[in-house]
Amino acid sequence: MSAGMNNARMPRNVQLALAVIALAVLPFMVSAGLGNTWLRVLDFALLYVMLALGLNIVVGFAGLLDLGYIAFYAVGAYVYALLASPHFGLHWPVWAILPLGALAACGFGVVLGAPTLRLRGDYLAIVTLGFGEIVRIFMNNLNAPVNITNGPKGIASIDPIQVGGHALAQPLEIFGVTVPALVLTYYFFLALALLVMLAGLRLQNSRIGRAWAAIREDEMAAKACGINTRNIKLLAFAMGASFGGLAGGLFASFQEFVSPESFSLMESIMVLCMVVLGGMGHIPGVILGALVLTVLPEAFRHGAGPVQQAVFGQVLVDPENLRMLLFGLALVAVMLYRPSGLWPDPRHRQEFNSR
Amino acid sequence: MTALLEARNIGKRFGGVRALQAVSLTIQRGEIYGLIGPNGAGKTTFFNVLTGLYPRDEGEVIFAGSPLPLGEPHRVAQAGIARTFQNIRLFANMSARENVMVGRHARSKVGVAGAVLRSRAQREEEAAISRRADELLAYVGINARAGDLAKNLSYGDQRRLEIARALATEPQLLALDEPAAGMNATETAALRGLIVRLRDDGFTVLLIEHDIKLVMGLCDRIAVLDYGQKIADDVPAAVQRNPKVIEAYLGTTA
Ligand SMILES: Nc1ncnc2c1ncn2[C@@H]1O[C@H](COP(=O)(O)OP(=O)(O)O)[C@@H](O)[C@H]1O
Ligand SMILES: [Mg+2]
Repeated sequence: MSAGMNNARMPRNVQLALAVIALAVLPFMVSAGLGNTWLRVLDFALLYVMLALGLNIVVGFAGLLDLGYIAFYAVGAYVYALLASPHFGLHWPVWAILPLGALAACGFGVVLGAPTLRLRGDYLAIVTLGFGEIVRIFMNNLNAPVNITNGPKGIASIDPIQVGGHALAQPLEIFGVTVPALVLTYYFFLALALLVMLAGLRLQNSRIGRAWAAIREDEMAAKACGINTRNIKLLAFAMGASFGGLAGGLFASFQEFVSPESFSLMESIMVLCMVVLGGMGHIPGVILGALVLTVLPEAFRHGAGPVQQAVFGQVLVDPENLRMLLFGLALVAVMLYRPSGLWPDPRHRQEFNSR
Repeated sequence: MTALLEARNIGKRFGGVRALQAVSLTIQRGEIYGLIGPNGAGKTTFFNVLTGLYPRDEGEVIFAGSPLPLGEPHRVAQAGIARTFQNIRLFANMSARENVMVGRHARSKVGVAGAVLRSRAQREEEAAISRRADELLAYVGINARAGDLAKNLSYGDQRRLEIARALATEPQLLALDEPAAGMNATETAALRGLIVRLRDDGFTVLLIEHDIKLVMGLCDRIAVLDYGQKIADDVPAAVQRNPKVIEAYLGTTA
């Protein structure tokens, strides 16, 4: 791990303590300074961090271009929705459904991965894109003859997450302090996002992570080194999908509603943008990418109106329209000026690197 | 001496090109076996078939007493054949050490759970992999470059790194495809020393090489390919005198 120059002298546990405090007070500051809308954005940002970290395994580590990644998010979300809502009258506990959603997504990952093992680059992208759309269309149409997904109307009144008997959707009173629901959700999502991050870091620096990197760099040489490239690629799909499925379950419980339109191709592309813009294969960069790309469009959405009002005395362009334009421009600018991402792996640029 | 590898009637076509026709050869344990022939004779194709990277059309290979799983490169590597590539194929954006560590893949086994949980077995295995990688880098003489990205190494060092990576798979047979190509005289001399040391350390070496002087001085036995067919298979002195070989190299084939 490369520590920044200025905190190189600070002991590791001091750094860690500072980080923990900062992360713990962040939601209160956001809520006080910017309001609950932004707290909600922050919660969503953590979901996208998990998604981007999952996709990073497939795209960043193993070098397999996946344009249908949101399908795994959908699988996780629907597993949660079906098992914890009035739709089927099931109300399973979180600790059972979240892993189950991840497992189901993992299964889908393998099912998608298996037929695409021989494909690379553009071809793989097209097939995975198709897969993503198939899953969405299934969700849309599995309401007849047997109503499984409730079709385009989606599934509502999904149970919120319960941790230790307390629903995260309710504020919690501790030591006389009321912790709002959105902050509780933030802590829960943060904990899981950190676990996903840790798993990603450890995988990257392991025998498996090296095998992924080897396949990304030169598949033929990887085979000659004794790597069963078929299994290792499937493993990348499976791991990435599991994280996506986990995030999907959290999404369903947070929204208390799922419908197929949340899982469009645009979402897959958005997550891919987070990975690429942040710095493919570099976990801190991917996290940054996810945060920036969740916050930026929201900032444009909320900022574009007032700014126009202040500058021109009236709102000239609908903020909704302006939002995507500005967002697109921001993406182009980043890719032009930082082609390997906002925060790429430093090793890929340096000339010399000793242990 | 006993046979380590016996290739029987290997055949390979690329569309109309018959890159290999009924090629049979036997490599004894502990020898340096040369494979020579003019450009396009089929030497690299033979390596690719042998290591499972190209599916073969005909033939079989017996390696260390059992049939080699041709067509499944990772199993060939596990069986004990490692190779280098004529056009160096390193993992360019990984460090030299990591390149060699990848070579340990088939000889290690910790999976996802071990990696995520940082189990004790995982940490021990990881330490052993790293240690072995450093030993091998030192063995081929590039330990000073362990942390450098493979793409930043000099040409000669890249060739050495490829050998170290191949050695990491614990091969019995090491197949080198034109390892001296592009090397200067000093580098070639050092490479020669390395190959001799490999043989002395118990590896069997299969060597494709263009540098005839190097091959003649180094090999215990040499097979000559021409247009996909084996035209000679003998000790160096005899191969050098073989009229068919001379003809093939002088290009006077009718
Ligand atoms: N992947 C391939 N596709 C089509 N033809 C090939 C391929 N690889 C090799 N060949 C052909 O097979 C013949 C033998 O090539 P090769 O084995 O590379 O020769 P050598 O290594 O002896 O120079 C050549 O005619 C070459 O063009
Ligand atoms: Mg060749």
